[in-house]
Amino acid sequence: MTRNTIAMLLVAALLAACGESEHAASTHPVGPTGGSLKGDFGPAQGEAVHAVLTSPPEVPAATNRKQPAKVIVELEVIEVDKQIAEGVTYTFWTFGGTVPGSFIRVRQGDTVEFHLKNHPNSKMPHNIDLHGVTGPGGGAASSFTAPGHASQFTFKALNQGLYVYHCATAPVGMHVANGMYGLILVEPPEGLPPVDKEFYVMQGDFYTVGKYREKGHQAFDMQKAIDENASYVLFNGAEGALTGPQALKAATGQHIRMFIGNGGPNLVSSFHVIGEIFDKVQYEGGTHFQENVQTTLIPAGGAATVEFHLEVPGNYVLVDHSIFRAFNKGAVAILEVSGAPRADIYSGKQLDEVYLSDRLADPAAIVTAAQASASGTLTKDQQAKAGEVLFKGTCSACHQDTGAGIPNVFPPLAKSDFLLADHKRAIGIVLNGLTGPVTVNGATYNSVMPPMSQLNDDEVANILTFTLNSWGNSGGAVTAKEVAQVRATTKRAEGAAH
Amino acid sequence: MNRACLWLVSLAIAGAGSAPAATIASAPIPGGRFESVLPPAPNAKETVVAPFRLDAALVSNADFAAFVGKHPEWRRDRIAGLFADEGYLRHWAGAADPGPALARQPVTQVSWFAASAYCEARGARLPRWYEWEFVAAASATQPDARDDPAWRQQILDWYSKSARGALPVVGATPANYFGIRDLHGVVWEWVEDAGSMLVSDDSREQGDPNRNRFCGTGALSFEQKDNYAMMMRIAMLSSMKAAYSSSSMGFRCAR
Repeated sequence: MTRNTIAMLLVAALLAACGESEHAASTHPVGPTGGSLKGDFGPAQGEAVHAVLTSPPEVPAATNRKQPAKVIVELEVIEVDKQIAEGVTYTFWTFGGTVPGSFIRVRQGDTVEFHLKNHPNSKMPHNIDLHGVTGPGGGAASSFTAPGHASQFTFKALNQGLYVYHCATAPVGMHVANGMYGLILVEPPEGLPPVDKEFYVMQGDFYTVGKYREKGHQAFDMQKAIDENASYVLFNGAEGALTGPQALKAATGQHIRMFIGNGGPNLVSSFHVIGEIFDKVQYEGGTHFQENVQTTLIPAGGAATVEFHLEVPGNYVLVDHSIFRAFNKGAVAILEVSGAPRADIYSGKQLDEVYLSDRLADPAAIVTAAQASASGTLTKDQQAKAGEVLFKGTCSACHQDTGAGIPNVFPPLAKSDFLLADHKRAIGIVLNGLTGPVTVNGATYNSVMPPMSQLNDDEVANILTFTLNSWGNSGGAVTAKEVAQVRATTKRAEGAAH
Repeated sequence: MNRACLWLVSLAIAGAGSAPAATIASAPIPGGRFESVLPPAPNAKETVVAPFRLDAALVSNADFAAFVGKHPEWRRDRIAGLFADEGYLRHWAGAADPGPALARQPVTQVSWFAASAYCEARGARLPRWYEWEFVAAASATQPDARDDPAWRQQILDWYSKSARGALPVVGATPANYFGIRDLHGVVWEWVEDAGSMLVSDDSREQGDPNRNRFCGTGALSFEQKDNYAMMMRIAMLSSMKAAYSSSSMGFRCAR
């Protein structure tokens, strides 16, 4: 009674200290929190609560409780044949029928009555070791269960945080490699700050006799597992579990919280979301968080809570940044973010040009010209400046920076009678290339110029305007409209770009 | 030599009128020195297996039905609750009748008590763990093939399949070096000393070896750490109490 009162006062004090700060950082007490020593809020109060378990990537709703409760968790072990990759099946051993297993959510100080049921069709005995349990074996010995039986044990969740649970039956590595892991969240007494979406993602490594994506039913390969030579590294137990129609979905403006676990059995995850920075990462059960994290290490048998705010729509790719695992072993998931474009934060592609490292030039002139062209204010000078940059990237390798070309090989552009005689012909040559003999300033050149049709109309116009106004040439300008006309009325060589 | 006499031998049925009608072939096992995955004592590696005879195939539902017919106290509707759990023979069509589809499949969903009573009625017993392990170490050509990675993987493949398909008929798998079938890839098997293997419930527990001589499944105390097939058998046996039954636990008899 007295202890409960103190606990309630403590909670009240923490809530009062919460302030108005937008990020609610102050809901997490500063300084040591006492860990398990301060996690016992006395006996369970009120009616027993049946925990709602969810399959990944779903997360149960917050407990929203202000006092310790007795929470009944019923988890069933099922051995199932499921797809691990397209056309490849594997016999997974699961907590709740999924890999990772069902997500369990309780509150610090709760008394958890845990029921582990082993389906009658199971071939194996199983048990559970919850890293959130204080006590020898984390529940493993107390939950060792033969097929067709059920076990029960009870623990008090003394430490808050995000904890891995897994099977610990011999051979442990094989049980874990077959998918027997999941997460249990022990909420802090005041709960977690509200967010718009929560997701449950867990990485694991898998070892099959056949190679990555080798079709058919694949057996567990013990030697590969011992050698830590994974055939698959996956988020949520299957290649494509979180891509395509199954991608995680959110919208711009939302705050996202991801509960990320790593079941292993062997590999440590360098968890990264391409195109996002984690605003907050709470490692394991940490009451303090790190901010502005690009990649966070998640040990095998460990977990982290990551949070970030979504500004720009598009697809964000979750990877293990040990990057071969992403491209060759399946460690890829997608977060699909809907919403209006935010060009002020991220423009999308503005430029695609040939880049030659020894011809570095400032591309700003190209951007300026493109914007001016779009708004109809383009000047000849802007064209020539942009054209100069493009010329250096695309043309000068043959025609040279001086426009002089190379005698007998590449014709000159400087004071070139051939160029200056016919602008329209020049446009056609840039777009469609030129093969066969031409006479320039009295000399014959018999060479091949490839079509440069990958350049857009603006770019071709700018390059030609630059050449017409350089090296003592007579001047004049080519417009994008003229280029478009030639592009529409002439035929490009087969295989020419675009 | 072993195989030559195998099929000539019909097990003598002890106790007139008290045994199943079926005759079950057995084969002599020479025994010998043997390194088990469960060392017999903390500093001993080898154990000695005495010569014995072992059923060449698993006991079938038809065999067990014959026994239940003679000993109705082992019917699922009459068995004492102490000797079997609710799963006991649950898959049979009737209380004393497995039904035609199951007749030749190995009997499962039997408790250790029932399996022991069946063997006893035949004047036999369940094999002991070391006996079973000794025979199960053989491939088709070698008496001890446990170091052969290909053979080991072949055994592991069974564990990589879920237990939902129909079981093969008894004796359908190839005979091993000793002429014994069905040891791998069909079902788990009861052993006589299943209840005294005393392995830890938490397989990683190292424990005090003096307190528990067979604290065997821990990562440090288990011999042959890459013998996953045997580890799993031991884990399965140690999860089962004598009254338990399972859809993948069968048995055979020894003498």
